[in-house]
Amino acid sequence: MEYQLPEYNLLKMLPEIFLFVWALVVVTFDLGTKRKTGSAVGYLALLGLVITGLILIFTGYGRGFGNMFYNDPLALFFKIIFLGASFMAIGSSFGLTHQKIINHRGEYFALILFSTVGMMFLSSSNELLSLYIGLELTTIPLFVLAAFFKDDKLSVEAGVKYLVVGAFSSALLLYGLSFLYGMSGTTDILLMKVNLAVTQLKFEGNIGIILIMTIMLLLAGIGFKLSLPPFHQWAPDVYEGSPTPIAAFLSVGSKAAGLAAFAKIMVNGLYAFYDPVMTPNDWGILVGVLAAAAMILGNVVAIRQSNIKRMLAYSSIAQVGYIMIGMVSFNELGMSSVAFYIFAYMFANMGAFAVVAFFEDKTGSCQIESYTGLAKSSPLLSAAMAVFLLSLAGIPPLAGFLAKFYVFAAAIKMAGTDGAYHWLYWLVGIGLLTSVFALYYYANVIKTMYFSASDSPYKLRFTAPALTVILIGLIGVFLFGLYPEPIMKFASNIPASLGFIID
Amino acid sequence: MGFPLLSSLVFIPIIGMLVVMFLPKERHSAIKWTSTLISVVPMLISFWLLWDYFFNYAGDAAMAYVEGPVSWIPILNIQYYLGADGISIPLLALTGLLSTVSLLASFNINFRVKEYFAFFLLLEAGMMGVFVALDFFLFYVFWEVMLVPMYFLIGVWGGPRKEYAAIKFFLYTLFGSIFMLVAILILYFTSEPHSLNILELRATGSAMAYSLQMVCFIFFFIAFAIKVPVWPFHTWLPDAHVEAPTAVSVILAGVLLKMGTYGMLRVSWPMFPEALRSLSFWIALLGAIAIIYGALVSMAQKDLKKLVAYSSVSHMGYCMLALGAISSVQAITGCMFQMISHGLITGALFLLVGVLYDRAHTREIAAFGGVGAKLPIYSGIMVFFSMAALGLPGMSGFISEFMIFVGAFSALSKIMVGISVLGVVLGAAYMLRMVQRVFLGEFDQKRWGGLTEINFREIVTVGPLMLLTLWIGIYPKPLNDLMAATLENLVNLMAR
Repeated sequence: MEYQLPEYNLLKMLPEIFLFVWALVVVTFDLGTKRKTGSAVGYLALLGLVITGLILIFTGYGRGFGNMFYNDPLALFFKIIFLGASFMAIGSSFGLTHQKIINHRGEYFALILFSTVGMMFLSSSNELLSLYIGLELTTIPLFVLAAFFKDDKLSVEAGVKYLVVGAFSSALLLYGLSFLYGMSGTTDILLMKVNLAVTQLKFEGNIGIILIMTIMLLLAGIGFKLSLPPFHQWAPDVYEGSPTPIAAFLSVGSKAAGLAAFAKIMVNGLYAFYDPVMTPNDWGILVGVLAAAAMILGNVVAIRQSNIKRMLAYSSIAQVGYIMIGMVSFNELGMSSVAFYIFAYMFANMGAFAVVAFFEDKTGSCQIESYTGLAKSSPLLSAAMAVFLLSLAGIPPLAGFLAKFYVFAAAIKMAGTDGAYHWLYWLVGIGLLTSVFALYYYANVIKTMYFSASDSPYKLRFTAPALTVILIGLIGVFLFGLYPEPIMKFASNIPASLGFIID
Repeated sequence: MGFPLLSSLVFIPIIGMLVVMFLPKERHSAIKWTSTLISVVPMLISFWLLWDYFFNYAGDAAMAYVEGPVSWIPILNIQYYLGADGISIPLLALTGLLSTVSLLASFNINFRVKEYFAFFLLLEAGMMGVFVALDFFLFYVFWEVMLVPMYFLIGVWGGPRKEYAAIKFFLYTLFGSIFMLVAILILYFTSEPHSLNILELRATGSAMAYSLQMVCFIFFFIAFAIKVPVWPFHTWLPDAHVEAPTAVSVILAGVLLKMGTYGMLRVSWPMFPEALRSLSFWIALLGAIAIIYGALVSMAQKDLKKLVAYSSVSHMGYCMLALGAISSVQAITGCMFQMISHGLITGALFLLVGVLYDRAHTREIAAFGGVGAKLPIYSGIMVFFSMAALGLPGMSGFISEFMIFVGAFSALSKIMVGISVLGVVLGAAYMLRMVQRVFLGEFDQKRWGGLTEINFREIVTVGPLMLLTLWIGIYPKPLNDLMAATLENLVNLMAR
């Protein structure tokens, strides 16, 4: 039999290739100009992201390398999120590269771009190995970025911690993937679905133990990336220690990458795998328990934080809990609500971190106390922060509210159509109740900025990149809260591309 | 479809907010006048609606001035859909009037003026929106939008414990809202085709299974009851009222509390009649408890503002008692009258307490005495509204309480209504006790010799409230006719 080479269709990968090359250009430019370029190298990185975005739009749907590389709605949607998060992270880095990171600007920006390339690869790959490589390409630059302040103990600690935890979780994930390969004999996710069902028939359903182990390993591996309790402990320390824009990028970009991996391996790969021992519902409950733990723990512990980066770290743990509610609502609303949630979350969270980063650049402080009376001296900055926090808290008419509404709608629909999913009601209940706690600590920051009679000693002048990022965040939060239709429509294509539709 | 009157009620304040935000920060009087004048427009529109509705639509229970439904978020079938009927029109007018009055009363705000007036206009937009929304999502959005400016208004410009009061209000109401959100989602997914249209769901709601009706009813009830506030959900109210600046207390008492009872009449009462019937006794009981409890607690207050705040608990208790008497059109009409009358009277009382506080910098009842001799005009107005609050015939409070008791007596347990009537006596007791201690008796010339009489601007703010209180008290027929058809329809829906 003659082996047919798959069609490469390299053009479908053009955005990734371009961004990769551009990252090299960024480093070379910085080196070539003897590191004297100032902010120009940052603008170059931003330009690269914009061009990549345009290329992405023109590339459109399609596949390459046989079944390995899919540009489906899921991939396209998440790529937009990755590019957006990367853009906003780089945009809020200019203060840093102006003051602290003077010698390695090129590397700093290039590493963010490399990580973005990894995320984009991951969201397109429909094959376990390339997906794993994408995930590694995402995280390895982030290890370096977390430890970018070489002389700062906290930053180095963050880098090492993230490296150890990241490597460990990757190993777990890889182990889980190897089980999947063992049971199905393929790494192609679509083929895997079919083969798993065949294997299961062959063994008359007696593969329960291996299956449970596989799911545990996968859940632990991806759970670490998502900082889903009990795999969350690294997050607050790493967020606190790493440069603020990197913390922002971790909380949005790398989290979205983890979600894409989860959707691809678990929701898509295991969905058709119906087994008397284990159904999607069973591992769904497991994820549901973790989601509940995330919402409770994240929202309660965040209340006690005095450092705003740690507070946002715990808040992002809680936010993943909400996202997972959508993830385990296995109906046509579920995945689209996840996508919409992370989209809305990107604007609010990157915006909030942009404010934190800007404030830190100017004042050197990340304590919530330092924000006292900021509303009088820097009204726009405080108003922006208040809007981002209210969106994260889910107050209408901001995008964050609609995202929560959508996720809860998906869950209640699922619970109503299938009696086995009644536990989703409890999950929604926990989500709603903990969102009241969440309001408390978000409002606490607003209170600090607005309610104090004393004046803030800081009078902050905006820099152009910081202002741009904050405006993008504001526009996103308002626009997609009031007019979400285009994005929701786009997101509603995603479930079909995952190959599962129930009703 | 003509000019979108209802939309303009919502959007003119929002435009006003944007305009105010672009005014220079130091131009205090420009900001104050701009926002007040802008708020006059929705007020006039709401008055015109009152007029037009009375002459052209009042005989019909159907929605008037309907705008939409225009598809807003098609994937979840969310629509932009506004309309008004006999229960929303008077409340819109009340909102329009009290907003302008409160803005006028806010002229003595002298720090962070721009933010204050911008937030106030946003608050007005939210309130108007709640009373005209006919889509659940829209209703919820307006319901929540209002919390944010309220949080800021209490938290920045409030009294000594403002931070505590602001966050307590915010968390308490949000806690209630999440129940409403779940109920809305359940309604959405049980209706076929999925719908968030309040009118459609109202028509089909009675066909829902009893258990589901019960769940939804209770969830909605928690949300609305916290807003009213029904005893035992009232603990946020004294804190918020006492700490809020005068004008915000007026809005809180005058409009925000009515959103709870409005929600009941608009949503949960006619939508889940079966659940309502099995719970109506308990609702009336909560009302009766609130009447007596609120009155007793008012009697023990040393702070003028707190006294008025607790009297609100008692007065809203009358509304709940009436809402328990579901078979009686008269009681429900009384409830609407009580909502409007309480908005006018308590709004005015808060304004007047604010007037005194601005001059004396204390609200402690025991600190005063014989003020009537020094400030005759002020005292006259205050005594007028105190009499109105205790239900003196000839004023609006009497009409509403009378209607409620007559209606409730035939529909509810006679013992319960009998005990509730005691609330009127207790009401007279705490009001007269306050009048006696503050305005009569020995005047402390040394301490209060410098008090100045109520000024023209302040008289302008309470004047219209006085006139309306008298008008409704003497000639309630127009208001009754305006609401009659809608209320009759509601009672029929509840009796399904």
